[in-house]
Amino acid sequence: MKNIIAFMLLSIFTFSAFAAVHGQVAMDHIETDISDQASLQKGLSFFTNYCFGCHSMKYARYERAAADLGIPHKLIEKNILVGQVKIGELMTISMPEDQAKIWFGNPPPDLTLSSRLRGADWIYNYLRGFYIDPSRPYGVNNVIFKDVGMPHVLASLQGVCAEEPHLGVKPEVDPLSGNIVKSSGCHEYAVEGSLSPKEYDEAIYNLVNFLEYVGEPSRPQSEAIGRNVLIFLAFLFIFAYFLNKEYWRDIH
Amino acid sequence: MQKLIKWVDDRLPIVSAFEDHMSKYYAPKNFNVWYIFGVLSMVVLVNQLLTGIWLTMNYNPTSEGAFASVEYIMRDVEFGWLLRYLHSTGASAFFIVVYLHMFRGLMYGSYKKPRELIWLFGMTIYLALMAEGFMGYLLPWGQMSYWGAQVIVNLFGAIPWIGDDLSLWIRGDYLISGVTLNRFFALHVVAIPIVIIALVVLHILALHTVGSNNPDGIEIKKNKDENGIPKDGIPFHPYYSVHDIVGIVVFLFVFCGVVFFFPEMGGYFLEQPNFEPANPLKTPDHIAPVWYFTPYYAMLRAVPDAFLGVVVMGGAIAILFVLPWLDRSSVKSIRYKGWISKLALLLFVISFVVLGYLGTIQTTPERAMWARILTAVYFGFFILMPWYSKIDKTKPVPERVTG
Repeated sequence: MKNIIAFMLLSIFTFSAFAAVHGQVAMDHIETDISDQASLQKGLSFFTNYCFGCHSMKYARYERAAADLGIPHKLIEKNILVGQVKIGELMTISMPEDQAKIWFGNPPPDLTLSSRLRGADWIYNYLRGFYIDPSRPYGVNNVIFKDVGMPHVLASLQGVCAEEPHLGVKPEVDPLSGNIVKSSGCHEYAVEGSLSPKEYDEAIYNLVNFLEYVGEPSRPQSEAIGRNVLIFLAFLFIFAYFLNKEYWRDIH
Repeated sequence: MQKLIKWVDDRLPIVSAFEDHMSKYYAPKNFNVWYIFGVLSMVVLVNQLLTGIWLTMNYNPTSEGAFASVEYIMRDVEFGWLLRYLHSTGASAFFIVVYLHMFRGLMYGSYKKPRELIWLFGMTIYLALMAEGFMGYLLPWGQMSYWGAQVIVNLFGAIPWIGDDLSLWIRGDYLISGVTLNRFFALHVVAIPIVIIALVVLHILALHTVGSNNPDGIEIKKNKDENGIPKDGIPFHPYYSVHDIVGIVVFLFVFCGVVFFFPEMGGYFLEQPNFEPANPLKTPDHIAPVWYFTPYYAMLRAVPDAFLGVVVMGGAIAILFVLPWLDRSSVKSIRYKGWISKLALLLFVISFVVLGYLGTIQTTPERAMWARILTAVYFGFFILMPWYSKIDKTKPVPERVTG
């Protein structure tokens, strides 16, 4: 009996401690903002230029994205639709799955729901988490997704990090010299890219923002209606409350 | 209008039915907030039926089309996202209100004589609801839908001799497949809802035959005035109908808050892995059933032997059915029971909630030990009840209801 009590007491402490440690890899956090149309538009453009060759977005339609992002149909037709594709169609790709499986080990996943599956932070860190690793078939590895089958498609923009990027690091500034002592991201590049780290992070932010939008395009409408519904119910509550009070006055 | 009512009433007893169940159904006047959850489960049931009907209009019950059709509802169907979130949030809300409704029954002894049958109908509704929830969860055909169903159907495989054949019979295939999806769809949208509605009718008819219990656990029918009306009773309509509207509005406020702003509820109402289509070749790292099954799931994992685990899990639900015959206390309500019963109920609630939490997270030897202890507490509440409810000192029950 004593042993059981001791075990229970002891494990209450370790239980909470374990729960705290049992986290995932450290990641940088971003606040997405799907009301920022400019960012979403840049994200869509980035997606079609760099991701859409391999990753489909097969549950979403061009037309819906155009409407929600405030892009005229003409612009979409001219810049995004390829060949005979109509604007009302789903955003599918032409890469055959069986071929893709041979090339990458697994067919590149559809990205419509990636933000709901993985979360915005995960994608933001994953796309900033590639580093050089000659032991891998495409010469790169990833700190967030170890031994990932995807090559570093964005190497021309970011460059290739020579070491494992430091993600989830709180920036620290030396108070005497004003120099940055610690910062998040890649500190040493094996190959330089065309964008500065700041520009790259911003491009990725826009892309993630767009993925966040496309994961649940009904979100803005839902919140707008939701506010009115809650206001209506609050008013209804006042009436219901006094109606009830009136009836119950004579019950003692 | 009066003429129309009379015309119908001559052919169908609508007036007496309304009187029997509403305007001349005398309910105790001392109901407290715990008595709202019965009516709230009716509200949620109606919500599930209506949104469910509209969802089936656009849902495609095939393994090829199910996942895409859910996203079609979310994106292309006008207000489809609202229908789906009302339905998915409603599923969790159903279990929340039902658990609270059951807790109310436990607290005030609403299962005790003469209400045993109400309790049995209620428990059968709970059982049907679990089947409904489980089968409905397969329909979106996401990873967690698939693997959750795989794990639960495999449980039947642990039964000696007939196990493998039984799980094969349930699935209709050697693994969860489109065949399983089709039959779960049929059961989820047709068979089980009919059973649930029928049971709800029986639950209420039985209740209105013996009358409602109350927080004091006093039979108000023992104290009637010269007209044969219970002195502590008031007509359900209009007093409790206006009363319930307040509760319903408060409930809807919280419910709509979740539906419109947090439909995933931090991964508890909609689990993240379910945003990936079912893949029979890829097992998720961590399979967790939806939160309302997790107390039983934790018990299952706590037992090292597969078959015994299934027995414990089934027993945990089965033992609830015999509760009316385990309680030997002379009083109904917790208000007049002694400290042993109060402590037992408290420990029972703690064990159920903590087991529920343990069922959502990955297990470790230490957590499994905890789950074992809490499983013992859970069963102890019932198995020891005939003994502790009898020896526990009770307080005298007043003649008339209090406050």
